[in-house]
Amino acid sequence: MSNETKLIFQHSRPGRGANAQAPKPVSEDQLSAIPASLRRKQKPGLPEVSELDVVRHYTNLSSKNFAIDKQFYPLGSCTMKYNPRGANRAAMLPGFLARHPLAPASHSQGYLACLYDLQNFLKEVTGMKGVSLAPMAGAQGEFAGVAMIRAYHDARNDDGRTEILIPEAAHGTNPATAVMCGYKVREVPVGKDGDVDLEALKQACGPQTAGLMMTNPSTCGVFERQIEAIAKTVHDAGGLLYYDGANLNAILGKVRPGDMGFDVIHMNLHKTFATPHGGGGPGAGPVGVSQRLLPYLPTPMAGLDEDSGEYSWIDTDTLPTSIGHLSAFMGNAGVLLRAYFYAMVLGREGMIRVGEYSTLAANYLLKRLQQVGYTAAYPERRASHEFILTLAKEAKELNVTAMDVAKRLLDYNQHAPTTYFPLLVPECLLIEPTETESKEAMDDFIAAMEAILHEAKTDPDMVKEAPFTQPVRRLDDVKAARELDLTWSE
Amino acid sequence: MPYIPHTPDDVSAMLDAIGAERIEDLFDEIPAHLKAGSSLDALPEGRGEMEVTRLMAERAEQDRYALSFLGGGAYQHHIPAAVWEIATRGEFYTAYTPYQAEASQGTLQVIYEYQTLIARLTGMDVANASVYDGASGLAEAVLMALRANRKSKSNRVLVPEALNPRYRSACDAIVRNQDVALDTVPFCGQAGQTLADSLSQYEGQDYAALVISQPNYFGSLEDVDALTDWAHANSMLVIAVVNPTSLALLTPPGEWGSEGADIVVGEGQPLGIPLSSGGPYFGFMACKQKHVRQMPGRIIGRTVDLEGKQGFTLTLQAREQHIRRSKATSNICTNQGLAMTAATIYMSLIGPDGLASVAGHCHANTQKLADKLTAIDGVERAFTAPTFHEVVLFLPQDADTVLAKLAEKDILGGLSLAKDYGMQNAILVNATEVHTEGDLDLFVAAMKEVLA
Amino acid sequence: MSEIPAELRYRTSHEWVRVEDDVAVVGITDHAQDAMGDLVYVELPEVGQVLATGEEAGVVESVKAASDIYAPVSGEIVAVNDALEDEPELVNNEPYGNGWLFKIKMADSGELKEMLTADQYQEQLDSE
Repeated sequence: MSNETKLIFQHSRPGRGANAQAPKPVSEDQLSAIPASLRRKQKPGLPEVSELDVVRHYTNLSSKNFAIDKQFYPLGSCTMKYNPRGANRAAMLPGFLARHPLAPASHSQGYLACLYDLQNFLKEVTGMKGVSLAPMAGAQGEFAGVAMIRAYHDARNDDGRTEILIPEAAHGTNPATAVMCGYKVREVPVGKDGDVDLEALKQACGPQTAGLMMTNPSTCGVFERQIEAIAKTVHDAGGLLYYDGANLNAILGKVRPGDMGFDVIHMNLHKTFATPHGGGGPGAGPVGVSQRLLPYLPTPMAGLDEDSGEYSWIDTDTLPTSIGHLSAFMGNAGVLLRAYFYAMVLGREGMIRVGEYSTLAANYLLKRLQQVGYTAAYPERRASHEFILTLAKEAKELNVTAMDVAKRLLDYNQHAPTTYFPLLVPECLLIEPTETESKEAMDDFIAAMEAILHEAKTDPDMVKEAPFTQPVRRLDDVKAARELDLTWSE
Repeated sequence: MPYIPHTPDDVSAMLDAIGAERIEDLFDEIPAHLKAGSSLDALPEGRGEMEVTRLMAERAEQDRYALSFLGGGAYQHHIPAAVWEIATRGEFYTAYTPYQAEASQGTLQVIYEYQTLIARLTGMDVANASVYDGASGLAEAVLMALRANRKSKSNRVLVPEALNPRYRSACDAIVRNQDVALDTVPFCGQAGQTLADSLSQYEGQDYAALVISQPNYFGSLEDVDALTDWAHANSMLVIAVVNPTSLALLTPPGEWGSEGADIVVGEGQPLGIPLSSGGPYFGFMACKQKHVRQMPGRIIGRTVDLEGKQGFTLTLQAREQHIRRSKATSNICTNQGLAMTAATIYMSLIGPDGLASVAGHCHANTQKLADKLTAIDGVERAFTAPTFHEVVLFLPQDADTVLAKLAEKDILGGLSLAKDYGMQNAILVNATEVHTEGDLDLFVAAMKEVLA
Repeated sequence: MSEIPAELRYRTSHEWVRVEDDVAVVGITDHAQDAMGDLVYVELPEVGQVLATGEEAGVVESVKAASDIYAPVSGEIVAVNDALEDEPELVNNEPYGNGWLFKIKMADSGELKEMLTADQYQEQLDSE
């Protein structure tokens, strides 16, 4: 697989085409209503290729990807669990696919029923009072959440709250989101045990505090044990508590964000509810809120008239205090349907098992990797559904970095863990096996990690040049950024 | 246990290795009293794939089939079978974001090809790897224009009233938190267009950008050259909001006026994405080279590997949230990768002549439908401007009532403009290449009955 | 060990200043360029811009990091190093020479006294 694949444009031949697909050309007469001055002078440079050219080209390209369907994918904070095929088939049912987003409720009862049920399911799982499915990804869910915090303070004319507090280990979307919502960001330090520095938090909280954004389990892969004290500190200062649902998988059926004192949360259905990552998206980032934020939920939402049994849309005309629409229509509907399928298959006991078995797998993997010689970043702590190894020692003594180990794993047909996140742990690998990987799959990964540690000691130069078995060797990222080549030209 | 592979022996072996007796012990760092609510009693029991599939199939059936002439930002088009057969291959469907470039060359090359296709379709220099949808893409474009227009000190942008109202409201919901104001440019009530004359009132005022929609919400074609030149003469950037199908026939934004648009966004759904209740779709976004560092979202570059072989990788990442954090161009992270992959396959299959043919049929069918409907007594075109594949018609009766009666006949006869524009008798109608002469006649006959 | 020329003044955020009459030439230190790795882009202020001490003046970017550059003294930008647009690697190769970033006409040369000497900057690096 080391051969270069041509670009689709290099297969193009003038006059060729997938002729079964497009309708016959219309005559110029039929276009006469369009003024000549608005007409395109040259046809766009799309490729002229046969149907087989296209099918073969993209099938060949697909074979150059790692994927959950092919490999173990222990990416920390990404929850790369099995994506059930049944969910895909259900979401692709013709009745769902053909439905126009603005079709009247009379022609949308089945779809609305699924959304309504999913809203209720997510409410119960998270312990929140209301859920909107509208946000289209985790980052948009964060945006909706912080925008609701802002709407809440604004409604109370509490306009001196200009800051959002964020633990320094947080995902980059948190500070970026706070700024998009018009807030300044203040970082809160994290202690040596992975928990937030509570004293520093108390110092940072005040009348300027709009809220605190945090994940729990944290991005350090451990449960934040002082969560109640943190909630009290923020609430006492008049701020609200935001839960980033990136790590919700770890606590499903064990502890609910609503019960921990969070006022608003977002969930990543493409993580916790097993919808596919699709090579970068789409996701879905529903938000859940406590009582006091109910008026601000983003629209539209699915509603049910208990008397008639009819479902309908709840929109800004019935919820004028809403932060509004975040997309043209209703979020990533197809992702929501896949998540609904997953929720219904797992049910109550399945949800509880997710938290249990993802945590079991992570703690097993951590213990075994420590046994083969790797260093845990927080050795005295339980792993949540993920954990961090630090290769600071190997980097210093062997000059082999976390990145080198990650790249070498590809040669063992194992996807690399998340590297260099969180930033505060040097040379880190963030590892998350998920509940759907078998013990044998994890044992294969452990064996690969053990072999690489041996190679790092005996042949570090080789490890530093890995991978050797992929379609390309290490890429020149510096050249890519200095000599931008973002589109193809003949 | 659905999707969990462990046997009792596996569980014992793992617990032994950890040195724990029970799985529950692994949660001993969570304060016990917080766990009370987690029994999840209100949830249903789990069911098998067979039962859940049946339930969802029944619900999908409930969404009654209807002959639809709805547009308003989402359009019915023929989607070649190969598009989703390939896009849902596990290698695309279950891959992660291509951060590990060596293990993601498939997805990365697809994105590079996609960027090229979008740049060529829009006549721009560069494109990103997609944003969520057209409406949120406009919000990103507005924020981008504020960063990119160094001549402007304002946080105000001009937005036409004739722009899709859903785009206006979503864009406002997103940008207002940064105190960005969207000032509305009225449209001409006769033409259904945004006239350059109506812009003179803004001359000499500081705006960062002018948004131009081609076609606009009414389906009308705007005089994009005049609008673009006006904006540039007044030190504003031009944000184009375009329909991708139309670009096979219409002047690409890169060629509008004497300098071309600066930023282009639009809804990618017409490029091979099913209507699917509104998503997942994808927003496309393109710009001039000089603004590329202000563009949000992932961008792929072509480079070489250690051995000098061609390869693809994420680039310009210092713009993004995972590096730049609070100073990032946007918080966007996950985008619409799979929909973008489908669109890349669609554009390759349909080709330049095919897309022109699709666009031509959309236009011609809509013209034909408008002609047939306006032959009914009391039905007339609302505006005089030329249109692409949507048209506003005045009815002799209340639009919402007429549409509800049509829906009872399983015909979705258009979108009412009552709520958004206060035009009680106006409907927005669309036809595309999927509509046959028979479909149009069914609609016309039903409309006659309802109006009779 | 990174190079720290004795005749320059430094800021804790790793900018250096060379005084040429009433103009301060500004760059980033050898230590800073090494920590960033290969630079791929340098964003510079505009000539004529007036900056206060500590105000953001630009950004240096590598593939995996971006770092703000702060004005080490207050004053008006009188020149920027246009060569960096095409060759950001100059900052890596000659951080104290052709890799300079911009020149400020100082509003108050007394501010220089508040900057670190080479020895003080070395101490800071040692303690990091």
